[in-house]
Amino acid sequence: MKDVKIYTENLSVFFDYIQALNNVSIQIKANRVTSIIGPSGCGKTSFLRTLNRMNDLMHGFKMKGEVKIDGVDIYDDNIDVVNLRKLVGMVFQKSNLFPKSVYENLIFAPKLNNIKDKNKLDEIVERSCTQASIWDEIKDRLNDNALNLSAGQQQRLCIARALSVNPDVLLMDEPASALDPISTSRIEELIFELKKDYTILVVTHNMQQAARISDFTAFFYLGQLVEFEKTTKIFTNPSNKQTEDYITGRFG
Amino acid sequence: MPEEKNIKNKEIRKLPASTKYYEYFAIGLVQVITAFVFLILFLVLGKIFYEGAGIIDYQFLTEAPRNNMTEGGIGPAIFGTVSVMFLMIIFAVPIGVFSAVYINEYAEDNLAQRVIRASVNNLAGVPSIVFGLFGLGFFVLFIGKNFDEVMGTGLLLGQPAMLWASATLAVLVLPTIIISTIEALNAVPHSQRAAAYGLGATKWQTIKGVVLPQSRSGILTGIILAVSRGAGETAPVLFLGCAFFLPQLPVAYLDLGLFAVPFINPAEQFMYLSYHIFILATQSSNPTLTMPVQFGTAAVLITLTVLLNITAVIFRFKFRRTLQVVREN
Ligand SMILES: Nc1ncnc2c1ncn2[C@@H]1O[C@H](COP(=O)(O)OP(=O)(O)OP(=O)(O)O)[C@@H](O)[C@H]1O
Ligand SMILES: [Mg+2]
Repeated sequence: MKDVKIYTENLSVFFDYIQALNNVSIQIKANRVTSIIGPSGCGKTSFLRTLNRMNDLMHGFKMKGEVKIDGVDIYDDNIDVVNLRKLVGMVFQKSNLFPKSVYENLIFAPKLNNIKDKNKLDEIVERSCTQASIWDEIKDRLNDNALNLSAGQQQRLCIARALSVNPDVLLMDEPASALDPISTSRIEELIFELKKDYTILVVTHNMQQAARISDFTAFFYLGQLVEFEKTTKIFTNPSNKQTEDYITGRFG
Repeated sequence: MPEEKNIKNKEIRKLPASTKYYEYFAIGLVQVITAFVFLILFLVLGKIFYEGAGIIDYQFLTEAPRNNMTEGGIGPAIFGTVSVMFLMIIFAVPIGVFSAVYINEYAEDNLAQRVIRASVNNLAGVPSIVFGLFGLGFFVLFIGKNFDEVMGTGLLLGQPAMLWASATLAVLVLPTIIISTIEALNAVPHSQRAAAYGLGATKWQTIKGVVLPQSRSGILTGIILAVSRGAGETAPVLFLGCAFFLPQLPVAYLDLGLFAVPFINPAEQFMYLSYHIFILATQSSNPTLTMPVQFGTAAVLITLTVLLNITAVIFRFKFRRTLQVVREN
């Protein structure tokens, strides 16, 4: 299929002797939002981190199976991890801005790519902030310390920072779990906007959120992919009993 | 039968008087001992500053000793100490910081790495006179002598000199710098590294762009403590070019034709504050007459180290604050 962006086949992930993922086979569509749901410890974060190879940094990490993005095996020896991560951006649960100015946060990644021209950098800053719908709020505060922004602004700035390298895929690990309802809804609107240009995976513990923002939903349980369906289908008529129990709040 | 829940059965009466007095006694003892420590500190510092402060003026700080060291100042000793510290930093900081980066960020967690860490810790406990002997044997007699022989420079580096004293002190303070740098690097939260890696930074880019800048004040704290330690040492410089009396500053001139640029000549001997105190107290022909100079020198040295330590405390405070801000966000 042409519109498949991310494809895994029998993906298993281990940390030393702990198995975090067990034979996960999934096909994630391009320019769609896919929610990853499941109880704590079921492997959602491990799954995301497999897609930009952040797990490589973890002690005792091993994987089996196949992960392909745009048909390319990202665990192939020829793959440069660093370039992969520029293509597959990540937003973390807690915002992790650098204790520098807003501007410096936003040009950190472009500068890694040897972009030095001031106009070019300014352009990137404006573009990524506009995309992350935070430009109006911070265009006058570019020289402020990023850590002085509100929590919601910080998280959207993290998204802007992830967009500054022009990724294809955006991985978001519970991006709104630490935010107030208004900031949360802004992030949700933002995700909706961004799917025009990006393939987005969002881990969330909030069922309503998954239902609101995503086109597809994957339910993980104990490291296995239990069900992967259109969001409308999974929330109205799940085919698996465990999925039903989880989304109706009977466990987890 | 389950125990009856009854307040009458529980021991909630006041403790017997003996227990109470024992408690008072223990607290009192701790307070007295603490006060004793402060008293000693106060007496030592009080005596030194009381006796020494009067003599300290601009002349004392800049002039050379005169009249069998009973008059004049300690200018050359201050100059020597500052120069040696300067050279020591040049040697010790790059080696120390990069070793720490290697140990903490690159080395695999295996036996070799643990041996290195343990060696660094043990190095910190080696008596400083041993470093002095090491410096003499290794730097002067081995490296210096061989350098002179190979380069045909006569007797240039194969003798005790500021260069070797600085190098030896650098080795002495390396553990301090390495250990505090490791601590500072370790204190940078994982989430900050993850942010950089997630944006496609390489390991070195992450270290250079995120980890080192965020541990800067922590590293500076270590460097300043190292300087304060180095400036106070006497034993290691004893055989390494520390001069009894040297009215001329160890300065040489680089002739550039039109004008000459002065520079610290590391191949020269030098005077050193801590060694100067030792000399005044033990080698002077008239120790009573040098007494005020001794106190003045000690006061200067102590002030120098205290100032350094205060700076270190300020940097440490700054470091903790940055990290706290990063963590809380
Ligand atoms: N670096 C690691 N080292 C060892 N075990 C790990 C590591 N990361 C994850 N695990 C284990 O892998 C399993 C899956 O963890 P993961 O973080 O992916 O769960 P999660 O679904 O994201 O949970 P949560 O909803 O709480 O974030 C857990 O059992 C966890 O303990
Ligand atoms: Mg998680």
